[in-house]
Amino acid sequence: MSAPIGTAPHASFAPTRRGLLLGLGASLAIGRNRAAFAQALGERRLVVVLLRGALDGLHVVQPYADPALASLRRALTLPEPGQEGGLLDLGGRFGLHPALAGLHGLYREDQALIVHAVAGPYRGRSHFDGQDLLEAGAEERLTSGWLNRALQAMPGTGQARPGLAVGTGVPLLLRGPTPVGSYAPPDLDRPSPDLVHRIAALQDPASPLGQAFREAMRSRGVADGVLGATGDAASQDGFARLAAAAGRLLAERDGPRVAALEIGGWDTHAVQNLRIVAPLRALDAGLMRLRQALGAQWSQTAVLVVTEFGRTARVNGNLGTDHGTGTVAFLLGGAVAGGRVAGDFPGLTRDALFEDRDLRPTTDLRSIAKALLRDHLRLAPEAVAQAFPDSAAAAPKGGLLRA
Amino acid sequence: MSDRRHIAAIRFGHGLRLGGSPPADPLAWLDRQLAATDPPGGATSAQAVQARAETIAQRQARDRAGAAAIQGGAARATDQAEPEAAGRTPLGILARAELVRWARQRLASETPFRDRLADFWMNHFTVSRRNGPIGALPATLEHEAIRPHLTGTFADMLVAVTRHPAMLIYLDNHVSVGPNSQVARSGRRARAGLNENLAREVLELHSLSPAGGYGQADVQELAKILTGWSVAATEAPYSFTWRPMSHEPGDKTLLGRRFAEGPDTQEVALRMLGTHPATYRHLAVKLARHFVADDPPASAVRVLQETLRRTDGDLGAVTRALIRLPEAWDPPLGKFRTPMDLVLAAGRAVALDRPELLLGGLTALGQPLWSAPQPNGWPDQADEWMGPEALMRRVDWAYTFAGTLGRVDLAEVTQAALGPLARAETVGALRGAGSVRDALTLLLTSTEFQHR
Repeated sequence: MSAPIGTAPHASFAPTRRGLLLGLGASLAIGRNRAAFAQALGERRLVVVLLRGALDGLHVVQPYADPALASLRRALTLPEPGQEGGLLDLGGRFGLHPALAGLHGLYREDQALIVHAVAGPYRGRSHFDGQDLLEAGAEERLTSGWLNRALQAMPGTGQARPGLAVGTGVPLLLRGPTPVGSYAPPDLDRPSPDLVHRIAALQDPASPLGQAFREAMRSRGVADGVLGATGDAASQDGFARLAAAAGRLLAERDGPRVAALEIGGWDTHAVQNLRIVAPLRALDAGLMRLRQALGAQWSQTAVLVVTEFGRTARVNGNLGTDHGTGTVAFLLGGAVAGGRVAGDFPGLTRDALFEDRDLRPTTDLRSIAKALLRDHLRLAPEAVAQAFPDSAAAAPKGGLLRA
Repeated sequence: MSDRRHIAAIRFGHGLRLGGSPPADPLAWLDRQLAATDPPGGATSAQAVQARAETIAQRQARDRAGAAAIQGGAARATDQAEPEAAGRTPLGILARAELVRWARQRLASETPFRDRLADFWMNHFTVSRRNGPIGALPATLEHEAIRPHLTGTFADMLVAVTRHPAMLIYLDNHVSVGPNSQVARSGRRARAGLNENLAREVLELHSLSPAGGYGQADVQELAKILTGWSVAATEAPYSFTWRPMSHEPGDKTLLGRRFAEGPDTQEVALRMLGTHPATYRHLAVKLARHFVADDPPASAVRVLQETLRRTDGDLGAVTRALIRLPEAWDPPLGKFRTPMDLVLAAGRAVALDRPELLLGGLTALGQPLWSAPQPNGWPDQADEWMGPEALMRRVDWAYTFAGTLGRVDLAEVTQAALGPLARAETVGALRGAGSVRDALTLLLTSTEFQHR
C-alpha cells in the first residue's frame, strides 16, 4: 500500500478520515461557509499548466516558413506539413509538433490560441529563478503567486475553495494569503523517463546498485540508451490522470473555479528530437482528458499553458538546445478566441535574435495572464494590479477571449 | 578528516539536519551520545494495553450486535459491518500518536546515534503490528525496555524485553499455560496449553541463534520455564503479571542446567542465555553487519565478540569498541540504506516538519514502522532491499517527496545530505536539473545518498 501524500481524494473537500489521521487537515481545503459573499464567481474556469524545465517553443511551434530556421536548427527541423512525420499546419507559416495532435484539433475548432515569442520579465537563464518569477508574477522574488493573489478578489462558490492545486505539492503560483485546496492521487508520482535516465546516469554501472537499476528500468519499460517516443506509459499517464481529476473537480457545480497543475521533462539538452516526444504526448493526452472531464463546462474554460523561458535558437552539439529566452504560450478552451498564432514573431535572423542566441520575446507573458484575469474572470483593475504588481508596461492583451 | 565528520553523522546517525554542522570531533560526539539521556517516552505500556483491551471489547460488542442483527433477519446488517476506522479506536488513536512522536523525535534528534542504536535493538527484538492488534506497544517497548539498556548489559536488556507486555503479547506468552499447571488441570480453559513461540524466538533470534546448538527439547523446557509470565491484558493494572496458576510445576532442564519451578527462575534462565558465548557471537555478527558491512570482516566481528565476552555483555563497551573499528569508517558509504535510513535522512536533510510524510514514506517503500513481517525483523543486507521494483519505488517516492516540499535551498540541502561525500557528477547533475523538484529527486536517488 502506498501512502497518500497531501491527499484530498474527494471532491467535496471535507477532510477525509484518512487525511485527518495523517495530520493533513491543515493542508486541505476544509469547507467553510461562504454565504457572506453575495456574488458567486459564476461558471468560468481557469486552469494554468506549468511546463517546468523550459519548453522549446521554436521546436514545438516551428516557424517553418522562416528561411533562417534550417541553418539554426539543422537536424531538429521537422518536415513541413504534408510530409511523412511532418508538422501539423497552423496556417501556412507555423507548424505544430505532430505529437500535439489533440491540441491541433482544438486549433482547428478555433479553441486553441498560440502566442509566439513570449517571455516573462526575467532575463536570466536559471530554471529555478525563472520558475519562481513566472509564478510570482513579478520581477522580484515574492512569497506568494499571482494566481493566489488573484483569488483574493474572488468569492467562493459554496463549499469549496475557489483555488485548487492538482498534484503532490502546492506550487508557488498558488501559494499565498488565500487558502487553496489540493488534490493528489493516493499513489506515488512517477518522474518522466528523461529524469529516470538522468538518475540512471548517476549510478555506477559496475556497482550492484547500478546493475539493479538497469534491471529496474527494463522492467518498467524505460528503454536503455536513447529515449524514444515509447517512453514510459505510466509516467505519461500520470499527468493525464491529474488533468482528468482537475477537470472532474472543476466541473462540479460547487467545486473550485481555478486550478493549477504541472508537468516536467522539457529540459532537452540532448537528443531533443526524441526526448521531447514523450512529454509532448503526455501533455496532449492530459489536455484532452481535461476537456473531456470538464464536459459542458469546457465552453466556459480557459487553459493557460506556460513555461519559464525558451531555449537557444541554435541546436547545440548534442542535438539538443540550451537555456534561452523567448518561447510559446498556449491558450485553450471553449472561452478562447483561438484558431490562430498570435504575437509578433520577430524572425530568426542574427539581428533579430536576443543576445545573438535566443528567440527575442515580443510579448510579456503577464499581458496574457492579466487579460485572463480581466476578461475571463472579470476581475477589477485593482485586483489585476494586485496579482501583477509593477506591471503597468505589460498591459492586458485584448482579443484573447470570445466576446 | 572532514569526511569522518560527515561519515559519523551518516553511518552512525540519520544524517545531518538542514543547517546543522557536522561534529567537530566525531568520536567524542558519538561517545557523548552514549552518555546522554533519552527523551521521555509518551504512552506507558499500561496505557497501551488498556487501549488494546478497550478496542477489543468494542469490537466484540459490535460483532455480537452484528450477529444479532443477522439472526433477527435485519436487512441492514451491513451497517454494523462498516469497515472499522482503525484510527478512531482507542488502540488506533494511541498508536497514531506514538507513530507521530517516533517520527518527530527522530527528525529533530540531537542524539541520532542513540536513535540508530534503539532502532537496531528494536529490530533485534522485533514486535510487529502485523500479527494482531498491539497498537502503541512497540513504542513502549523502546522506551521502557530498550533505551534504558543501550549502554547497560545485554542480559538486562534481554530480561526487560522478554517480560515486557509488548513481547509477551506479540509472541503469545501471556496465554501460555503449563500442561500440568493448575489452570490446565482444572479444565476451565479448554484450549489452554503450552505456547512455544516466545521461547523459540528467544533462543533462535534474541540470544543463542541456531549456531548455539540447542534442541527442540530446550525450546520446550524454556517455554515451560516462561509459563506464568503474563500480562493483565483485559483488566487493571494492564501490566506484567505473574500467574502461578499457569506456571508449569516441577524442575526443567535447559542446556543441561536444572531450573526449579517458581517465579524467579525465568530471569535466571534468561541471564544464562544472555551471557552465553554463542549469544555474544550472534550479537557481534549482527552489530558488525549493521555498522560495518553486509559481510563484515572477521577481524571486526572478533573484536566485538571479545569485548562482549570480556565485559560480560556490556553494550556500552561493545558500542564504544564498534565506533573505534577502522572498518566502521573506511570505506564510507558501504551500507545500502534501508527505507527507514533513507526516509529519515531525507527528512532531516530538508528539515521536514511533517511527520506524516515520513511515516507515509516508510509505508510506500515497504518498511512500515513496527510492522516487520516476521519476528526476525527487517533484513539488514542490501540484496533484500535492492529489487527492481523496490528501486523504482524509491525513485517514485523521491520524486513525490521532492514535489511536496516548498522552496528549498539546494546547496544547503546537499551540504546537509552529503557534505564532501557528494560526487562531482551528482553536483553537476543537480545544477543541470530542470526544476528544484528534479534536482532534489536526483540528490535523493544518487548512489551516495542511497548508502550510508
